[in-house]
Amino acid sequence: MNQAVPDSAAARRARYAAVFIGLLAAFAALTVWNINSGSVHISVADIARIIFLHQGDDTQMGIIWKLRLPRIVASAVLGGGLALSGFLMQTFFGNPIAGPFVLGISSGSKLFVALTMIVALRYISFVSSWMMVAAAFVGALIAMGFVLLAARSIRQMSMLLVAGIMISYICSAVTEFLITFAKDSDIVNLHTWSQGSFSGTKWADVRFFTLTILICFLVVFLLSKPIGAYQMGEAYAQSMGVNVKRFRVVLILMSSLIAGCVTAFAGPISFVGIAVPHLIKMLLKTARPILVIPASFLGGGVFCMFCDYIARTAFAPVELSISTVTALFGAPVVIAMLIRRHGGRM
Amino acid sequence: MSEYYFRTSELSVGYNGRPLIHDIEICVRAGEILTLIGPNGSGKSTILKSITKHLAAIRGDSFIADASVGAMSYKELSRRLAVVLTERIKGELLTCWDVVATGRYPYTNSLGLLSGKDRDKVRAAMERVHAADLAERDFTAISDGQRQRILLARAICQEPEIIVLDEPTSFLDIRHKLELLTILRTMAKEKGITVIMSLHEIDLAQKISDKIMCVHGDVIEHFGTPDEIFRPEIINDLYGITEGTYNITFGSVELPRPAGEPKTFVISGCGSGVVLFRRLQKENTPFYAGILYRNDVDWQVAQNLAAEVVAEDPFMPISDGTYQRALALMRQCETVLCAGVPIGETNRRIADLIEAARSMGLLQEE
Repeated sequence: MNQAVPDSAAARRARYAAVFIGLLAAFAALTVWNINSGSVHISVADIARIIFLHQGDDTQMGIIWKLRLPRIVASAVLGGGLALSGFLMQTFFGNPIAGPFVLGISSGSKLFVALTMIVALRYISFVSSWMMVAAAFVGALIAMGFVLLAARSIRQMSMLLVAGIMISYICSAVTEFLITFAKDSDIVNLHTWSQGSFSGTKWADVRFFTLTILICFLVVFLLSKPIGAYQMGEAYAQSMGVNVKRFRVVLILMSSLIAGCVTAFAGPISFVGIAVPHLIKMLLKTARPILVIPASFLGGGVFCMFCDYIARTAFAPVELSISTVTALFGAPVVIAMLIRRHGGRM
Repeated sequence: MSEYYFRTSELSVGYNGRPLIHDIEICVRAGEILTLIGPNGSGKSTILKSITKHLAAIRGDSFIADASVGAMSYKELSRRLAVVLTERIKGELLTCWDVVATGRYPYTNSLGLLSGKDRDKVRAAMERVHAADLAERDFTAISDGQRQRILLARAICQEPEIIVLDEPTSFLDIRHKLELLTILRTMAKEKGITVIMSLHEIDLAQKISDKIMCVHGDVIEHFGTPDEIFRPEIINDLYGITEGTYNITFGSVELPRPAGEPKTFVISGCGSGVVLFRRLQKENTPFYAGILYRNDVDWQVAQNLAAEVVAEDPFMPISDGTYQRALALMRQCETVLCAGVPIGETNRRIADLIEAARSMGLLQEE
C-alpha cells in the first residue's frame, strides 16, 4: 500500500492560503515591531500619532519618518527583490544554490557602484539614484557574463559556484582597493554600504527602488507560465512552445536588474536569495512559480525585516552588517537543503 | 496537400554546422508509425532532435502537413508536435498530475492556469495510459515504467497531431514495453496521430511500425516498410552483426552457431528439435540437422544454429539425393540424436534413416 497519503486538492489550497496569511501576518507584525524598537524609546500612542496625524515631537517625528520608516520599507522591498532575483537565478541555472550573492553578481554590482560613486563625487559632486542603479545593473551583467562564460566551459554545477565565488572575491578586493583610495568623506558611507546595510535610506531612494522593484516583480509574476515550463528543463520548455533562447535573455536581464538595484541601495546581502525561495517551496510543498514568486517576494521582505531588526538592536548602539545576520539564519537553511538533497537521492 | 502528413526534404542533421547524416528523405502518412532503428551512436537522436526543432537543421527542412517546421514558431509547433525525450524532467516537488498538466501549456491562459476543460483533458490522458491512480504521487518516486507512461500522457494531453519519442522503451521491462507500444498503436490507428520514434528492440520495431528507417553511416540507405527492411542482409549489415544471425521470420537474433567439425546428427521434425538445438548450442556442440522440410519450424531454427541442414521441399517425398546426403553426414558423426518425428506418407524415408542410425550403433533416442 502507498504509505504517504497524498494531499487532496482542497488540502493543497488550504496550505497555500495558510502560507500567504502567515507571511502577511508576519509582515504586519514585523512592521509594527520594527517601528517600535530602536535606541530611542517612543510610545505606541506617539508613534500612531506621528504616522497617521503627522503630529508630535520634532525629534521623534524625525526618528520615525526619516530613520525607521524608510528603513523598514527598504528592508521589505529590497529583501523581496533579493529573494526574487535568487529564484530567477535558480531557475536559470537549474541549481537550488544559485543566487546573486554566491554567483558574484552582487559583488559585480558593488564594484561598479563604488566606482561610479567615487568618480561621480569627485567630478560632478553628486550621485543620483538612477546612476547607482544603472551602474549596479551594468556591474551585475558583467559579473553574470563571466559566470555564463564559466558555465559554458564548465558543465559541473559546483564548479560554477566556485567560479562565482572567485568573481565575488576579485570584485570585493578591487572595491576595497578603491575605497582605500577614496576621499575620507566618502569612505564612511561606502564602507558601511559595501558590507551590506539598510541604514541611511532616504525617501527619494525608497521611491525609486520601490517603483523599480515592484515593476520587476510584476513582470516576473507575469512570466510565471514560461518560468514554470523552463523549470522542467530547456528541451521540454521548448516543446511546450517557449522560445528558450529569448526567454533565457529575459531571465538574465530581470535577475541582474533586480540584483543590481538591491545592491545599489543596500550593498551585497548574503543568503536571502537562496534560503528564502527554498523555505517558501518547502512551506508551499510546490515549486509552481505563480505561487512561489509572490510568496518569495513577501518572504524575502519578512526575512530581511527580521534580520534587520536583529542587526540594529542585538548589540545596540553598535549595528551589525545585515549580511552577518542573514548568513546566521540563511546559511544553516542552505546546509540543511544540501544534506537533504544528497541524502534523499543521487 | 500532399498525401504525406510528415516528410523531410534534403534534411541534413548534425552539430555545430557539421552534418552527421545528410539528405534524409522520409515521408509518413497521418496515423502511421515510423521507427528509427540502428546501432548506438548512429544519430537516431540527432535526427529526432532536428525534427522537433531542438536542433537546427544544417540543410533542408521537415514539413508537417506541408508547413515548414523551420519557419514555424515554437508556439505553433507545440500545438502540433509533442515529444517524449530521454532527458530527465527537472522540476522539483512535482506530482504526476503536475507533469501531465504541463502538456496543456500551449492552450492555457497567460498565467498558465488550468480551466475545467483542461483538467478533463489531463484526466483523460492519464486514463488513456492507465495511470489515473498515480495523479497525486511524487513524480520522482515512481518506477521507470510509470514515468514513461506519465510522460506519454503529458504528450497526449498536448493534443498533438504528431508525437516524437526518443527510445521510449529503454529501461522498461517486457510487460511495460508492450503496454507502451500498445498505447501508441491504439493512438495512431484510432486518432490518426502520427508517431515517430527510435527503438532498440528490432523485434518490436518490426511488429509495430508502418515504416522503418535504418540509421547507420552518413546517409539513410534504407527506408521502407518492415517487409522491405527486415531482411537478414540489411539487419546484419545495419548492426554489423558478425557473431550470430538475425532470423527474419521470428524477427529475433540468434547467437553464432558452434564452430568445429560436427560429431552429432539430430533427427527431428514438427518443432521437436528446437529445444534440442538450443541445448546443443548452449553446450557449444556443433551438429547437423535433417531431414527437415523447409516449412518446418525446426528448419527455421536449424538454419541459424546447425552446421548444415539437410532439407527437403514441403509436401514432397524425400528424394534420393537428400537421403544420401543425410546418410553421408551421419556416417561422419559419433552420435545421432532423435527427438521424435511423426512419420507419414511423404516422409517415410526418415524411418529408414533412423533404422540406419540404429544399425550403425549411433542412435540415442531423446
